[in-house]
Amino acid sequence: MLFKNSTGLAPGKATRDAFGAALREIGAERQEIIVIDGDVGNSTRTEYFAKEYPDRFFNLGIAESNMISVASGFASSGKIALVSSFAVFLLDNAYDQIRMGVAFPNLNVKLVGSHSGISIGEDGPSQMAIEDIALATALPNMVVIVPADESSTRAATRAMIDHPGPVYLRTGRPAVPVIYPDGSASFEIGKANRLREGANLTIIACGIMVAAALEAAHQLSQEGIEARVLDMHTIKPLDIAAVEAAARETGAIVTAEEHLLEGGLGAAVARAVAENFPVPIAFVGIKDRYAQSGPPETLLEAYGLTPDAIHQAALEVLERRSANEPQSGHPHQ
Amino acid sequence: MEQKHDVQQHTFDIHRLREISWKLSRAIIQSTTKAGSGHPSSSLSAVDVLTVLYFGDVMRYKPQEPHWPDRDRFILSKGHAAPGLYVTLAEAGYFDPALLSTLRQFGSPLEGHPVYGRTPGVEASTGSLGQGLSIGLGHALSAKVDGRDYRVYVMIGDGESDQGQIWEAAMSAAKYRVDNLTTILDLNGYQQTGPVSKVMPALMPVVQKWQAFGWDVQEIDGHDLAQIHTAFRQAAEVRGRPQILIAHTDKGKFLSPFTKDEKVRKHGVPLNEEEAQTALAELDDRYHAQEGA
Repeated sequence: MLFKNSTGLAPGKATRDAFGAALREIGAERQEIIVIDGDVGNSTRTEYFAKEYPDRFFNLGIAESNMISVASGFASSGKIALVSSFAVFLLDNAYDQIRMGVAFPNLNVKLVGSHSGISIGEDGPSQMAIEDIALATALPNMVVIVPADESSTRAATRAMIDHPGPVYLRTGRPAVPVIYPDGSASFEIGKANRLREGANLTIIACGIMVAAALEAAHQLSQEGIEARVLDMHTIKPLDIAAVEAAARETGAIVTAEEHLLEGGLGAAVARAVAENFPVPIAFVGIKDRYAQSGPPETLLEAYGLTPDAIHQAALEVLERRSANEPQSGHPHQ
Repeated sequence: MEQKHDVQQHTFDIHRLREISWKLSRAIIQSTTKAGSGHPSSSLSAVDVLTVLYFGDVMRYKPQEPHWPDRDRFILSKGHAAPGLYVTLAEAGYFDPALLSTLRQFGSPLEGHPVYGRTPGVEASTGSLGQGLSIGLGHALSAKVDGRDYRVYVMIGDGESDQGQIWEAAMSAAKYRVDNLTTILDLNGYQQTGPVSKVMPALMPVVQKWQAFGWDVQEIDGHDLAQIHTAFRQAAEVRGRPQILIAHTDKGKFLSPFTKDEKVRKHGVPLNEEEAQTALAELDDRYHAQEGA
């Protein structure tokens, strides 16, 4: 388990595995899907698709720029072109190609970046995508999805294929706890899933941090603080209604993501809150630095991506809220 | 081949091609001079290849149906030669030639560099160099997957060949033995700040480079319409390999207002009114001398 698990979440699969299985399944139904690999298909799990549909799978070698532009050509000839590599190489290496060939022409290209965040562990910082959400969300027309577990990744993969336009799907390397048991995830692009109700604050998380958020909510509950928990699987378009409701109804927000605080989930939530219903926000994420090699659990601890970090952030934001409240005013409920 | 009446596929007529090339060359100068910016010299080096592609019994296309799935594709990877592409597409019937006078104006579909979805007949957004060949490869592979017989043509520049992605595309096209892809290298010898021989001399020997990458290579005079036509015919016969035409061209098509500044050949600089008149007169004289009029 990546995190302390007092709530009894069952161990589950890695999101990359779930994506690979879902893609293989959808590949049978949708003949127009073409998959392009940068010689890492056994890591990203597009190899599952490759084994079933070799005529629709192209390993273009270790050349991400070329992969993206080739996908652009496929898409402009009517295909659903899915390109997958390590998130850091896909987004960072081929950013201009994504801009020119995918986002700008608004083509039906799907980008699937695996090995996101620092939880890849021992391979170290050169392999860790921690700025990919910022890069992807900065592109007009791009949908950005960060699923939390196996079931939601399978559903997200299907939603991504059904969406007519560019999508970035972020998957991870380590096995993650089951958030949605028995394949129960409901998934609609741009619509957050409310996993837990609570009146005192809202924790908004994505990816592996959803499990950490649930654990933190459990800890807070033992102290008499009830947290709403949102799985904000879509960073763009953000579910602004859910964010506004969280601000209005719970009065304080903590965001949690396995990404730099610059340009990620927290930044998107902060903008939505500022524009709609300003309340105090605390941010859990990577603080303006690169990580290092080590076991995933050690790294998550060292860089402050844990249930305890969310717990502390919650206490801090609640303190900030009560300090801000006028003495005679109504307390938030 | 059985085709609907609205498919444009021209027979080879050298006199007609000379006339079209003359007309397109004039339009490149007129539209860029009117716009006050743009890349006329980079367009003029490409204009004869474009003339043969679209009007010389090479490409098949339907201007009224730009997304016809069986159309041959042309991608201008050296996107700064957009004026050359626009005058060609207008002549082919993709849009009203009157639009050429709106080049680069706010609201015009004729943007400074080609924009996919904005201009009928433009197959890819280009202008960030190095990407068009890969996009063309995607189209070409898509034809193979679907069993379609269309061909893909991509024009790249010599300065553009500084980009690593060109060579990524070259390798992967050879891997998949993509024979419905023909690249044209517009070897006009100049990039933005000077001759290619100074900026990136190791582009040479370029013929051997493409041969080494597994491509079928022909070296041609990129202003000789008959030779260009023959080269495209031969390229279409090649099986199991992508093809490239190394087209020796002149940046500015030997027109004196471009050639007088040997250092940079007016890269990205339009002619002023007076220079434009000189260039147009030279084009007229040249055409009439060729056709004996």
